[in-house]
Amino acid sequence: MSLDDWLIALHLLAAFALVGAILGFWAMLVAGWRTDRPGDVQAIFRLGPYLNAAVAIGAVGTLALGIWLAVSLDAYEVWDGWVIAAIVLWIVVAAAGERAGAEYARAERRAEELLRAGRDGPSEEVRSLVRTRRGLALQAIATVAAVLILADMIWKPGA
Amino acid sequence: MFAAIRPDDWDLPLFLHVVGAMLLVAGLLTGGTALAIARGQARLLRLGYFSLLAMALPGWIIMRAGAEWIYDKEGFSGDDDPAWLGIGYVVSDAGGLLLVVALILGGFGVRRLGRGGGSRLLTATAVLALIALVGYLVAVWAMGGKPD
Repeated sequence: MSLDDWLIALHLLAAFALVGAILGFWAMLVAGWRTDRPGDVQAIFRLGPYLNAAVAIGAVGTLALGIWLAVSLDAYEVWDGWVIAAIVLWIVVAAAGERAGAEYARAERRAEELLRAGRDGPSEEVRSLVRTRRGLALQAIATVAAVLILADMIWKPGA
Repeated sequence: MFAAIRPDDWDLPLFLHVVGAMLLVAGLLTGGTALAIARGQARLLRLGYFSLLAMALPGWIIMRAGAEWIYDKEGFSGDDDPAWLGIGYVVSDAGGLLLVVALILGGFGVRRLGRGGGSRLLTATAVLALIALVGYLVAVWAMGGKPD
């Protein structure tokens, strides 16, 4: 395998880590949707750090290796339209994903506060924080942008 | 940047194949991790099992359908197919078998959760899911790098 082959393979693995984690967050959101007990919310959010690690590896890996590939391969340039589109969409994924995470972190923090106070009964406040519409919208934007990056990578419009 | 130059009519089956594979890996990553870290917490065990059922299984079906479609488009016949293709097929089928066994064991485990049992079955489900995940990551590497 040449260096470019390795770059493509690692770029693809990074993309799988990023999209895998984004879809994993959806599983957490669906599981949390009907939850109003702080203990249950805390249990679900224990998955968060693992998915955040996958997002970090995937986000850095896709961008860095993608730009390296665009420079290395003769067929493409960093300023090709489809490459620029992918970078813009990557920024959308990162920004929307980070803000969605901040929204859901409020629910996690409140659940922890209630548990520390010895209150694990149903909580309307925790329920509404887990069901944040802003968080849901940001997560949807990050997901759609990630799917668009995948389509852009495969169809390569203008290439 | 999945491939350099390819005919346009390969793009849709490739997109389907990759979307399915990403859903499969997402389900295994989420399900396997949730089951492995649950420490008996029913909410996290259910999240893990249903991630395998609702993400990994449909993802495997979509990935496999896309693989057959693009295999047909690319004109492979089974004679002298490249090594990366062989790796893909072996891992795909063996991983699919592991996934089905994991889902059966986990199904019994989830049913027993209400009676305070099932955690050993779900631990076995986690182990199988994580083994399948490692296999599929090797397959992704082979599909991307296309080793001889």
